[in-house]
Amino acid sequence: MNLLIAEDSDGDRMILATLLRRLGHQVYEASDGLEAVAVFIKFEPDIVLLDALMPTMDGMDAARRIKALAGTRFVPVIFITSLASEREQAHCLEAGGDDFLLKPYSRVILEAKINAYSRMLNLHRSVMQQRDQIRTQNEQMLAEQRMARRVFDNVAHTGCLDAPNIRYHASPLSIFNGDVLFAAERPGGGTLIFLGDFTGHGLPAAIGAMPVAEVFYGMAAKGFGAADLVTEINQKLRNILPVGMFCCGALFEADGKQGTIRVWNGGLPDGWLVRKNGERLAIPSLHLPLGVQPPERFDSTMELFTSAPGDYVVLMTDGFPESCDAQGDCLGENAVRQVLAEIGPDDHPFDALMARLQAFTGHPDPADDMTLCCLEVIAQGAVSEVTESAPESALSGPGSWHCVYEVRDRALADFNPLPLLLHICMEVPGLRRRSGEVFTLLSELYSNALEHGVLKLSSEWKKSAEGFSLYYEERMRRLSETQGHHIRFTLDHEPLGRAGRLRIRCEDSGQGFEPKEKAMNAPTNSGHEYSGRGMGILKRLAKEVSICGSGNCVEIVYDWEFPAQGVITSQ
Amino acid sequence: MTVSTRRSDDGQVLVIQVQGRFDFSTHQAFRDAYEHSDAPVKEYVVDLTHTTYLDSSALGMLLLLRDHAGGDVASVVIENCNADVRRILSISNFEQLFSIR
Repeated sequence: MNLLIAEDSDGDRMILATLLRRLGHQVYEASDGLEAVAVFIKFEPDIVLLDALMPTMDGMDAARRIKALAGTRFVPVIFITSLASEREQAHCLEAGGDDFLLKPYSRVILEAKINAYSRMLNLHRSVMQQRDQIRTQNEQMLAEQRMARRVFDNVAHTGCLDAPNIRYHASPLSIFNGDVLFAAERPGGGTLIFLGDFTGHGLPAAIGAMPVAEVFYGMAAKGFGAADLVTEINQKLRNILPVGMFCCGALFEADGKQGTIRVWNGGLPDGWLVRKNGERLAIPSLHLPLGVQPPERFDSTMELFTSAPGDYVVLMTDGFPESCDAQGDCLGENAVRQVLAEIGPDDHPFDALMARLQAFTGHPDPADDMTLCCLEVIAQGAVSEVTESAPESALSGPGSWHCVYEVRDRALADFNPLPLLLHICMEVPGLRRRSGEVFTLLSELYSNALEHGVLKLSSEWKKSAEGFSLYYEERMRRLSETQGHHIRFTLDHEPLGRAGRLRIRCEDSGQGFEPKEKAMNAPTNSGHEYSGRGMGILKRLAKEVSICGSGNCVEIVYDWEFPAQGVITSQ
Repeated sequence: MTVSTRRSDDGQVLVIQVQGRFDFSTHQAFRDAYEHSDAPVKEYVVDLTHTTYLDSSALGMLLLLRDHAGGDVASVVIENCNADVRRILSISNFEQLFSIR
């Protein structure tokens, strides 16, 4: 042990130094406070013994300086004093002293105190070492998380989260709190958003998010709908997550063309549909969280709402209502309800909710484990933009091909053939650039054949709110009676130099949709009648649209060409 | 002790009681409560009379108990939940997997 003795009496200092050297310690000596500070700086002793009364600088001042110089290092300072009054002794301790020895000192007490402080020093050192180790490991973990976050971003790219009609708050490291938020445009238009909250924290929560991102973006790009996505995500998570781990989540699909929103909520707090007309509809969790039920028991039923431009859909993880104020009280779901009830027609629900949260918690930054997302429903053009970034080569992929695909019986109710048909068309590079248009053509043809041809639903119903729900109830009921029915797609593609022609013929086993003349001649932008609108979309996108048979067969011709080389075209 | 157990008089029902906060800190104690039962158990009852709070890791522990008790054929009852606890169970629709009374 290295000790510093500061004592102005040479005799006393020598006795003390000799005593301590005999006990096996290294001793440095100083004859006043100023010298003591200088020696302390030079030799960094472990323990300091100070006479309280010294010339030049007294022990109190020296103690203050030494403690300041030591910083976070623990340097016991023991006063050697003949100051007998309690007040003076208290002064010594207030100046930063840890203890004192009364003159004349007892050898036994001195030795015992030095040993006690030696043990304390060792304890302090090991605590400091552990603290430094924890600090290093924590820094390392944060660096790893930042790195992992970058990897995650590459897999789970942000999709269309930066679209102007989507507002969200998600902490940059929210993934390590188990929160995930994905958004994607569907090929034919419309937006899919998934908000999930995995049980647990850290790496296990983050790992589960990777396959969900792959399923979500992969299937969304291929044209699958929300119910298919949620079914697949559940199965994937059920396979990979251990029992006891799951993902509370909500998935919704906003279709601006049809004016519908489909939502599936399993385990998240109530989502909200905030209508422009003042109506507020809760979107409660009606399902078990994802990854709990085996595929055969999973219920992918979506809740269906009508929507109009200017409506908002709000989703949040439980971190939002569970945000606490300084007293530890939670914001609560009622506060969410209240904020949404009170906002005016020009207020954005996102801003109102975030403002309320900040006012409640008193913190400018929300906690890491809360995610809030808000989508504004926008009017959506029938045609999505041509993706200019898609591969340009006309040389790869099949040019000339023919394909017939027939969906029969129960499959009409259970199966969505659009992703498969889109996939076949996307093998042609020139069509890949127009996946949105092709998907729109296929889906308009299919829903027309299914809903009006096979199921004989009248689009008249969809004009009113009651009719709208009746329409979808009937649709659901009649889908159980599709035995003996079929829808047949005949696709034919031929290359025309740097261009090509796709013919799609869609026939159904129904009796034909009768007001076909009317539909064909209806003003394309009337926007009142869906079947008319659907037909308008077909006419706008395709070169030719013809109705054959008794009206149970529609054939379209769709031409595409690569833009002339060196010329930038904007579609 | 935050987790305690008792057997019904006929020994066939294992009642697990959780005191205070039912969260990750209870993990080991909750597992021990049912994993080391010496005699066969026909029905498990999770008594939440004295549970003030329940988080998602507790939901995970309930799923583990259900799995231990036989999964889909398990007989696991959750009883005496306060309103907050009940709300958390119903947001996750756990009444589809457990009988909650």
